[in-house]
Amino acid sequence: MKRNSLKILLVTATIGVGLISCNKNKILAPNYQVTSEKVYSTALGYKESLAKVYGSMALTGNQGPAGQGDVQGIDEGTSDFFRLLWYAQELPTDEAVIGWGDPGVPDFHAMSWSSGNVVMTGLYYRSMYQITLCNDFIRQSTDAEISKRGFSGADADNIRHYSAEARFLRAYQYSVMMDLFGNPPFVTDANAVGSIIPPQTDRKTLFNYIEGELKAIDPLLVKPKANEYGRADEAAAWALLARIYLNANVYTGTDRYTDAITYAKKVIETGGYTLIDKYDNLMTADNQNNSNEFILTINYNGAKTQGYGGTTFLTHAACGGSIPTTLFGVDSQWAGIRTTSSLVSLFPANTSDVFPNNGNPDTRAEFWTKGQNLAINDITSFNDGYAVTKFRNVNADGSPPSTTAFSDVDMPIFRLAEQYLIYAEAVTRGGTGGDAGTALGYINTLRKRAYSGSASGNITQDQLTTDFILDERGRELFWEGFRRTDLIRYGKFTTAAYLWPFKGGVKNGASVADYRNLYPIPDQDRAVNPNLKQNTGY
Amino acid sequence: MPLINLKNKKYMRKNYSKKYVLLCAFLMMSVIAFAQTGGIKGKVIDETNLALPGASVSIDGTTMGATTDANGNYNITGLKPGNYSITAKFLGYIAFQKNVTVGGNSVITVDFALKPQNTSLNEVVVVGYGTQKSKDLTGSIATVTAKDFNQGAVTTPEQLIQGKVAGVSIISNSGAPGSGSTIRIRGGASVNGSNAPLVILDGVPLAESKNPDGTVKISGISDPLSLINPNDIESFSILKDASAAAIYGNRASNGVIIITTKKGKSGKPVIDFSTQLSVSKLTKEAPVLSPSQYRAYINANDTTSDKRYVKLMGNANTDWQKEIYQTAISTDNNLSVSGTTGKLPYRVSVGYTDQNGILKTTSLQRYTGNINLSPSLFTDHLKINFNLKGVEAKQRFADEGGVIGSAVNFNPTVPVTSGDAAYAPYGGYWQWTDPNNTPSGLKGLAPRNPLAMLEQRDNRSTVYRTIASLAMDYKFHFFPDLHANVNLSYDGAKGTGHDVIQPDAATNYDILQDGTYHSGSNNQYKSTNQNKLFEGFLSYFKDIKSIKSHVDVIAGYSWQDFKDVNFNYLSHFSDGTVINTSLFNYPYFINEYQLTSLYGRLNYNYDQKYYLTASLRSDVSTKFAPGIRTGNFPAVALAWKINNEDFLKGNTTISTLKLRLEYGQTGNQEGINDYEYLSQYSLSTSTAQYQFGNTYYQLYRPGGYYPGRTWERTNSSNAGVDFGFLNDRITGSVDYYYRKTKNLLVLIGQPAGTNFSNQIVGNVGEMTDQGVEFNITGKIIDQQSISWTAGFNVTYNKNKITNLTTIPNPNYPGIQVGGISGGTGNFIQIDQPGYARNTFYDYQQVYGANGKPIDGVFVDQNGDGIINDKDRLHDHSPDPKAYFGLSSDFRYQKWNLGFVARASLGNYVYNNVASNTGVQRNFLNPIGIINNGSSSVLTSGLTGNSDKDVLSDYYVQNASFFRMDNVHLGYNFGKVFNGAGDLRISANVQNVFIITQYKGVDPEISNGLDNNFYPRPRTYVLGLNLSVK
Repeated sequence: MKRNSLKILLVTATIGVGLISCNKNKILAPNYQVTSEKVYSTALGYKESLAKVYGSMALTGNQGPAGQGDVQGIDEGTSDFFRLLWYAQELPTDEAVIGWGDPGVPDFHAMSWSSGNVVMTGLYYRSMYQITLCNDFIRQSTDAEISKRGFSGADADNIRHYSAEARFLRAYQYSVMMDLFGNPPFVTDANAVGSIIPPQTDRKTLFNYIEGELKAIDPLLVKPKANEYGRADEAAAWALLARIYLNANVYTGTDRYTDAITYAKKVIETGGYTLIDKYDNLMTADNQNNSNEFILTINYNGAKTQGYGGTTFLTHAACGGSIPTTLFGVDSQWAGIRTTSSLVSLFPANTSDVFPNNGNPDTRAEFWTKGQNLAINDITSFNDGYAVTKFRNVNADGSPPSTTAFSDVDMPIFRLAEQYLIYAEAVTRGGTGGDAGTALGYINTLRKRAYSGSASGNITQDQLTTDFILDERGRELFWEGFRRTDLIRYGKFTTAAYLWPFKGGVKNGASVADYRNLYPIPDQDRAVNPNLKQNTGY
Repeated sequence: MPLINLKNKKYMRKNYSKKYVLLCAFLMMSVIAFAQTGGIKGKVIDETNLALPGASVSIDGTTMGATTDANGNYNITGLKPGNYSITAKFLGYIAFQKNVTVGGNSVITVDFALKPQNTSLNEVVVVGYGTQKSKDLTGSIATVTAKDFNQGAVTTPEQLIQGKVAGVSIISNSGAPGSGSTIRIRGGASVNGSNAPLVILDGVPLAESKNPDGTVKISGISDPLSLINPNDIESFSILKDASAAAIYGNRASNGVIIITTKKGKSGKPVIDFSTQLSVSKLTKEAPVLSPSQYRAYINANDTTSDKRYVKLMGNANTDWQKEIYQTAISTDNNLSVSGTTGKLPYRVSVGYTDQNGILKTTSLQRYTGNINLSPSLFTDHLKINFNLKGVEAKQRFADEGGVIGSAVNFNPTVPVTSGDAAYAPYGGYWQWTDPNNTPSGLKGLAPRNPLAMLEQRDNRSTVYRTIASLAMDYKFHFFPDLHANVNLSYDGAKGTGHDVIQPDAATNYDILQDGTYHSGSNNQYKSTNQNKLFEGFLSYFKDIKSIKSHVDVIAGYSWQDFKDVNFNYLSHFSDGTVINTSLFNYPYFINEYQLTSLYGRLNYNYDQKYYLTASLRSDVSTKFAPGIRTGNFPAVALAWKINNEDFLKGNTTISTLKLRLEYGQTGNQEGINDYEYLSQYSLSTSTAQYQFGNTYYQLYRPGGYYPGRTWERTNSSNAGVDFGFLNDRITGSVDYYYRKTKNLLVLIGQPAGTNFSNQIVGNVGEMTDQGVEFNITGKIIDQQSISWTAGFNVTYNKNKITNLTTIPNPNYPGIQVGGISGGTGNFIQIDQPGYARNTFYDYQQVYGANGKPIDGVFVDQNGDGIINDKDRLHDHSPDPKAYFGLSSDFRYQKWNLGFVARASLGNYVYNNVASNTGVQRNFLNPIGIINNGSSSVLTSGLTGNSDKDVLSDYYVQNASFFRMDNVHLGYNFGKVFNGAGDLRISANVQNVFIITQYKGVDPEISNGLDNNFYPRPRTYVLGLNLSVK
């Protein structure tokens, strides 16, 4: 008995010590996740990782439509990139008002946002998140990693292209950060995850970095229109260069109109893009057919790419009042966003109430007027302000989309028409390397399409002024996420030079302080990153 | 020793064996003694005049004595004539001494009526890894045993002790059948980690009941604790401070609740049967406009030129809340048999609970079985305690929040059902329709008919759980002061369920997928849980009389494995088509972690005056990265039992006085995911793919991770006094505690660009809690036929977050928490340094001269002329400043009458029902419908047009309350069936009344957010207990 007990004790103690020591290092790994080595061991794994780098612009997380969000601290449905960008670029302008009281949202139209605004914070983190993904992907796709993992031939070439595209997306997101926040934190693939507290960059340095990156990756990217739909090619890099050069004065204090012309010209002349026939069909469920005009799109699909942002937001939130949901291809009216009379007044008068543009000679005047008041008395009432019929989740032929709960409409972030407008504006502003006649030609090309192929809307050389181009950008590009940048370039965003209904939260419009040309660095990040200084005024 | 009378042994209660063995020996000696002559016989009865088997009666100053038999009779023979002092003793009763004279050759009769000891101070208390006499405790430990449990319809264990213990707040989560409770001991020690105490059932530390995301670990049940039948529980021990709890190491920061179930009793079989019938009713509807108020309101406020809202009103008068609630009838039946067969003490019990909810269709049926065997082998050297619990629970759920919210909201001027053909597709239920504009014909975003939501959905689960434990205590033959214990246990559960929504349900009507419309849905769910425990410890007890010392030491090892498997299933529309959001990458998810621990404890006392307890536990948890897995948690406690000092000895005025000082460290590793120290990639779902060319790719997402994460650590100090006056007729204690939690498991921001998640649960910051607890119990009247006992406890607790950043940053904006309805993504609470956890964070409403809030006008706190989120104010905390428990038990002859009441002071609740529905914008809804809503719209006049209305401090309301939890009346028939049975009947009312100025339905909501809360019913209970020998 004695001995047995002792033995039992001894065995127990041995098992005990054994178990405790093995648990000190034991790794219990989840069955539903894999390590980076496993992911990047196959060509498909690279592609699926690249899909995440791109997909973080279209999806809010790992589960459609919601459930495993990428960005915390904000409602997941609102944390979508283009929805947030749209809020920041459209709501504080003459192009849009929103009726909802969601946290932080009314501050945009009132231009009263603070550094604690949750929407602005969400956008900041969404852009930085995509940059972080890009950095990680670039680190995983170096030549050293490619050869270490045994890729060669076409697989290796593809991975090199992916890597250049990740650098493009990073440059694009930094251009968004430069435009909105000016002086964001700066991290690249040289900084391993969690290795540094990111230093702050300034707008000018960032401009030079983006310019340098885009030029550096130009030869590494696939030729224009030679890549898969939804992936960036050389033309995307040129288009982004043209865009930042057009705004260079705002970012750096130096005009770069000549460079803007150079790169817009490259897109227009060597990209091989053409306008589609009908403006009406630009933003429909099957608009991936518009790839001859679209340079780069964010791809949505109601069945496979589900979320509450992007064009799902633009189609549902624009639907309200007396608009039948079937016309918008949606399952419900979110009844949120409309436009102001300032945008409507850029167009000629309506001639009928035919969907989607009321017989307006300029077919781009896609508004819903029935039951809507042109003038806004109450921002929270959907009936105040015309609704916008530009984004519709139905196919060009009117047939239904894959689902009505989520949108099939792809969102172009670069399309040919913008390059025409950049070319024309840069020429008009005195850039060299282009000519006024070509500029006028491009504008009239856009207008001719808008006027259903008729030249009746064409303008003359004298009419082609910078102010005309601002209005034309409003007509052509409204609700596509450009307006705030345009108004700032024209000095009209904060100043009394241009007032629109409810600018600054005042019914007839009022100027606001100039520091609002930049958004503040969010409190949340300043609290954990001591390197970040706040933008002036906040 | 082999000659001991085993037959009598079964009358002994536990922990009495040693004395009994001695006694038997003495008895035998007395038999052997040749002297003839007189004797003493008699009967020992208890306070209810029932026989006390196993009581000892001894002749003082001699070794002679006897033990009472099953009928309470004893017989001492062989006494020489003379005067004797004889004493009757029974564990838990006051020893009674009588002086008698024994004559020659005669037997005199001396009966004893023993009274129970006044206090629980002499009871044996279950502490971690063993028991202690409560008078020897050094830590802050509270016990509640079966006789003090709350009575009435109690379906989950923790409700047995609600309101009974200072420092322990138990708030039932809702009125739903089987819904659990939020238990907080001294307020909880974490922010984003778990704040739930560790629950130990018969020596087995149970798994945390919830996942980090707040879902319940076992599918198909509201709370795993509801799988334990309260009728099988013998006692609760609550280890409140670190010195007591530290022996449980890195799971103990939030306190420990030790639940001990009933065991077999000695003697012939006792059959206990109890049955209850209860009727539950709604106490109060959410205040909404009556149909006539509603008509007046809509007529008065519809300013549209075409009176479009007025036109939407119908002629019916429907009280939607009345439609969804019911009077619910429930029963609870329990049968147990306990006794000893041969040498084997056993207890076998079965229970059946059939509980119906007051929300229609909700119900719980639970079958429980419990077997306990506690044999002693090898002449008591090996004691075995085997427990097997099994349960099958069948539950039916409703979409509670959705249905209750819809009943508040739904237009009261329309009928529940309609014969109109327009509603035929939706089962005849009236619904908001929009036939011209939507393919389904239903109005988008409109609320759906609440009764239809109940009746057209069938969500049922079946859950099985088995807990088996085997504890062996071996007393070494060669060294009886040393015991070896081995515990093995297995806790397995399986939850499955089906959630079926009918094809004509408006909630799931005509959903377009791949070009075709589908309706209804059919989902399946399943999870399994397996928790295993192996534990071994050695314990050593020694009385060292020469130096008046007592020592007991334990040292042990434990290993636990927690494994959950969640299965994924395809969901289908009613027509059988797979719903594409349900496509999955993995058929199941396994989550597992292990804990291994070494622990030791020393108890020492000198002369029963000076006590020392010291303990240390070392835990290794696989939830953390190798290298930072091990945590050591020490504790020490000192006590001075002043009443054992000479100057107080024998003092009946101050009968107990003990000072306690305690300090200890505990940890917390619950409430976080198992694997986050790993940097892993996960594949997106099939509805989160991205298109390149014409191909869709799933996404590989790198996960946010925090490799340095480890347990949070709480340092606690406690100073307390235990007191007893008037021979312990009045007893109580007062404690002060101060607790500081470091390395808080808290959601913190990550610098943008440095991690794949911008917020992650890390280890940063500090939080403090301090408080005072006081409890007192008094036997106000203490007579044979009449008695009155009353108890009172109060807890004051103050919580403050002191830091939430790596480098303390006074400007840290905090993390907003407390998501609410109204707007998308609004939060009403904040965790920020300088304030209590979950402090309300709102806009300060401006009021007009008439006392009404001015619509959309708020105080510009920073005076910059702009009202934005910089103007939000740190308001009250949802936690009470103080809470109270009050209980009383009055007995007169065969009647007893008692009550339990609780009160809470200074707790605030955000009335989300009023803020979300009690605004004009909800009634005259911009989506083109009319809704009902909180009648607060009439007093506030708020429109809801400002985005800040929903965040107004107008809706943060004082929810202090006094609640009469339970009033019970019992009648004890005493002997029935010719003395073979005891019968008791009782009547109870639960949730009798509540006094509060809170404007919503119920002020008692643990997180302070009142949004479509399943109301707690008032329940009337009739019960019968029959005990048969």
